[in-house]
Amino acid sequence: MTSSRRGPGWVLLGLLPLLGLGVLLALIVLNGAGVDRADRPPIEDLTVQRVALPTEHEFVLSVRNGGPEPVTLSQIVVNDAIWDFEAEPSNTIARLGSATVTVPYTWVEGEAYEIVLMTSTGTTFAAEVPVAVLTPGFSGETFWRYALIGTYVGVIPVALGLLWYPFLRRLGSSGMNFVLALTVGLLAFLVIDTLEEAMEVATGLPGVFSGIPMVILLTSLTLLGLLGAERLFRRGREDASRLATSYRIALGIGLHNLGEGLAIGAAFALGEAALGVFLVVGFTLHNITEGVGIAAPILRERPSLTHFVWLALLGGGPAVLGTWIGGFAYSPLTSTIFLAVGAGAILQVIYEVTRLLLKDSAQSKTPALSGANLGGLVMGVAIMYATALLVSV
Amino acid sequence: MGISGTLLGGYAGQARGHNGEDHATEIAQAATDHSSHGGNSTVGDVDTSRFDPSGFLRDFYWGEERREGGRVVREYELTAEGAEIEVAPGVAYPAWAYNGQVPGPTLRAREGDRLRVVFRNQDAHPHTIHFHGFHPANMDGVFELVGPGQEFVYEFDAEPFGCHLYHCHTSPLRKHIEKGLYGAFVIDPREGRPEADELVMVMNGFDTNFNAANEVYAVNTVAFHYKKNPIEIRKDELVRVYVVNVLEFDFLNSFHTHANFFEYYPTGTRLEPSEFTDTKMFAQGERGIMEFRYRLPGKFMFHAHVSEFAELGWMGLFDVKEGPV
Repeated sequence: MTSSRRGPGWVLLGLLPLLGLGVLLALIVLNGAGVDRADRPPIEDLTVQRVALPTEHEFVLSVRNGGPEPVTLSQIVVNDAIWDFEAEPSNTIARLGSATVTVPYTWVEGEAYEIVLMTSTGTTFAAEVPVAVLTPGFSGETFWRYALIGTYVGVIPVALGLLWYPFLRRLGSSGMNFVLALTVGLLAFLVIDTLEEAMEVATGLPGVFSGIPMVILLTSLTLLGLLGAERLFRRGREDASRLATSYRIALGIGLHNLGEGLAIGAAFALGEAALGVFLVVGFTLHNITEGVGIAAPILRERPSLTHFVWLALLGGGPAVLGTWIGGFAYSPLTSTIFLAVGAGAILQVIYEVTRLLLKDSAQSKTPALSGANLGGLVMGVAIMYATALLVSV
Repeated sequence: MGISGTLLGGYAGQARGHNGEDHATEIAQAATDHSSHGGNSTVGDVDTSRFDPSGFLRDFYWGEERREGGRVVREYELTAEGAEIEVAPGVAYPAWAYNGQVPGPTLRAREGDRLRVVFRNQDAHPHTIHFHGFHPANMDGVFELVGPGQEFVYEFDAEPFGCHLYHCHTSPLRKHIEKGLYGAFVIDPREGRPEADELVMVMNGFDTNFNAANEVYAVNTVAFHYKKNPIEIRKDELVRVYVVNVLEFDFLNSFHTHANFFEYYPTGTRLEPSEFTDTKMFAQGERGIMEFRYRLPGKFMFHAHVSEFAELGWMGLFDVKEGPV
């Protein structure tokens, strides 16, 4: 009965609204929607995504048009001086299109610059160079330098944190619960931190990308997706294995560290990270607790050493990837996506670790909001907050 | 870079005098590479078919001359209208303009002439013409607003002699001036001035993004026009420049000539110069007459000594040519 009702006529019924839409669009395109205003100037929206200083005498801007219509870039003004420039592929930028603008200008190292784009309507869009320094080009040397920075701020602190494992194992059950609660606290800090960073980068995106809603949706979808995936992995078992939880924490923290790597790489490339050594030390301190978080669920188990190596690499390694991307090919759009996905992943592990904590508390017959657990939570947030003071990029 | 890429390219030989300084040579080379454009300059060209600053320089509107009862009467026609003008290559500005151009035509008369200015308003906003000079209260262009489609005839005697200006005086005043309703108004003394190559330079600026500050500066509207199209003058010939500052937003403007000094006549109302200098400062509405001769041929820069204005378009060149006038 049902199959006979799904004949060719049924397909047509499904296409009917699309047909109607087609007719409507054709009518609007041919006749206009009656809302055209030839007398109003077009709304223009240019975003400078990146300013690179590849040599001592040029600025290279990557510009994106987020407005509804093509925009023609007519003049460039550098620090209140109209300046020569060349735009590739063209100085008329299509909707959602981008252009690379090269400005031959002999800049002064360490000084600040404001580069203003003036369009054919006289509208202006400004880009800042907070501190003019050479943007490191792609070379073997810079590649390793960034890898080293990423290792310092990601891999090493996570690995060092994991070294607390033998020490933590000898804590009593309330001590282990304290560490789990501390993990929840630090993850709570990380999710807020990641979301804030994602929002900040998203506001710099052209409006057409709907940056803020994109962050919220990506974070929510990642959370839901990972929750669904976790149920699949359990395959009927009552709970996920604790080792798998550790891996997911490592993944979430890894994505967060990728975001940190992006910020650090971009900051180094743009010359903002003047306090290089201080910054690296700060991040190392900041991230050392992350290793504890990764180790927390498996304190009652005894995984092999290889697992610890993988956990450290998964949690810290993405920082290396992040510094490379941030340093050589920074894009606000990909950064926003990475950060939003990272926030979702961390939210999911918060859920998972909290469940673990509730279960362990039930087993040891202590209240979930015991003094130890609350203390751990507060301490987790406090440690992250305090060490974050060292690393404002 | 203190000087433009074009000049740096042209005098690259001197730049290489920094022997051993690879960096200096490198920079000079980099500038030379772009000499076809020239660092501090606009990119592209302005369409001069509607308004050509080079033609405007020496274009004086004497009006239609008649004799009425033994007096010279001059009748001018000025129309206010909306006009899209190009203030830098590819940068359009929605101006209000007298006779479709910014600055409006340079009105010229002789001291004592009877002037009759027929003003028509073809814009959608009320406008007026306010002349600097002597005239009756009802000819002041302040209280008698001329509405869209209306006409008004201003009539008064040309006095005192000097270098003056006219502009719209409708409220909001700044808006009506900044959008382009202004022009130079030159009254010659009865006995005339010595023969000279006479030029008009109206120093102005444009707030292209409507943020109450100028984005583009110029003499006679187009940024860097006279840098790209140098003003040809003759060696040893007397040059007289009628300079008018109508800049809005910025309190002060200035005029600086390179490699030369000029005699300066404030407001042009005396026949004796007040100063012999190469840099003169102008407040809003201030104007005067500059007279000079170049003793050597070549290209000589002139610009606002407010470097910011200079680099935002208020910069030009005199191209001093040898040979007979």
